[in-house]
Amino acid sequence: MSHPVVPIKVYVGIFLALITLTVTTVLVSKLELGEFNFVVAIIIAVIKATLVILFFMHVKQASTLTKLFVVAGFFWMAILFTFTLSDYFSRTWLPQVRWW
Amino acid sequence: MADSDIALHPPELKHHFDDAPQQLEASTLGMWAFLATEVLFFGGMFCAYTIYRHAYHDAFESTSRFMNVTIGGINTGVLICSSLTMALAVRAAQLGQKKALIWLLIATLTLGGVFLALKADEYHEKYVEHHIPGPGFQYEEPRFAQQAQILFFLYFAMTGLHAAHMIVGAGLLITLIVMASRNRFSSRWYTPVDMIGLYWHFVDIVWIFLFPLLYLIGHTK
Repeated sequence: MSHPVVPIKVYVGIFLALITLTVTTVLVSKLELGEFNFVVAIIIAVIKATLVILFFMHVKQASTLTKLFVVAGFFWMAILFTFTLSDYFSRTWLPQVRWW
Repeated sequence: MADSDIALHPPELKHHFDDAPQQLEASTLGMWAFLATEVLFFGGMFCAYTIYRHAYHDAFESTSRFMNVTIGGINTGVLICSSLTMALAVRAAQLGQKKALIWLLIATLTLGGVFLALKADEYHEKYVEHHIPGPGFQYEEPRFAQQAQILFFLYFAMTGLHAAHMIVGAGLLITLIVMASRNRFSSRWYTPVDMIGLYWHFVDIVWIFLFPLLYLIGHTK
């Protein structure tokens, strides 16, 4: 088959990194950082998800076409967020009745 | 072309593919196309969460002290462990290690079961505390009652949809265990193990985002 076999220590290394990041995100959430608590939590979640996608899901070794499909999924989600949130967050900018 | 040329392919290779790597590539691409729809499926709920968190910021933060961070944290660890055993199961399948494959799939299934059991315990806790949205909903801070109900609705919708994916995943794992014990896989063909592995890891990724968003926001207050 086309996938090369990945050594066990790579999987265990990623596993330990994921556990460490989970502990970090719980500990950081106990600090008082204001809105940065949210930002840090999201950054850590994105790093964890990226590790899972690249190594556990073998996207690092995948073909360019597969990588394009992976990116496309998240790109579409970015469109979903950008258009919806730009609507909701800008509604109060105009001097109108609040609808929500 | 003589008839004898047509049948000249190994049994695990479907005749409309040129070779095994092309066949695997087609399956992987199809699976990722499906996962892209799943990203958008969950993405819509995360988007709804973002809108309401922005609108009812203080109410959402006030709910965090009713979230069971211990169970949520343990469940995050359990899912990461199950992702490791799943990744190792795919590796065992690549190497044609049947025994290791079956045991690693059973380990993944067991960890999935532990996750769902803890989730059920958490839902029961919410039931006892009257935190299930609907006529029986009660909230400790009356001024946030309506807005907190929206958060709890999102909590149940998002974790419920995630749990439904876990249950489907458990069914798929059982199918894999049966197939593996019937010698359906070899080091030349183990595509179902690979694809269901992708699904399982995806469900893990959803939880990686759900845990900080639902359990850890406003945790300091």
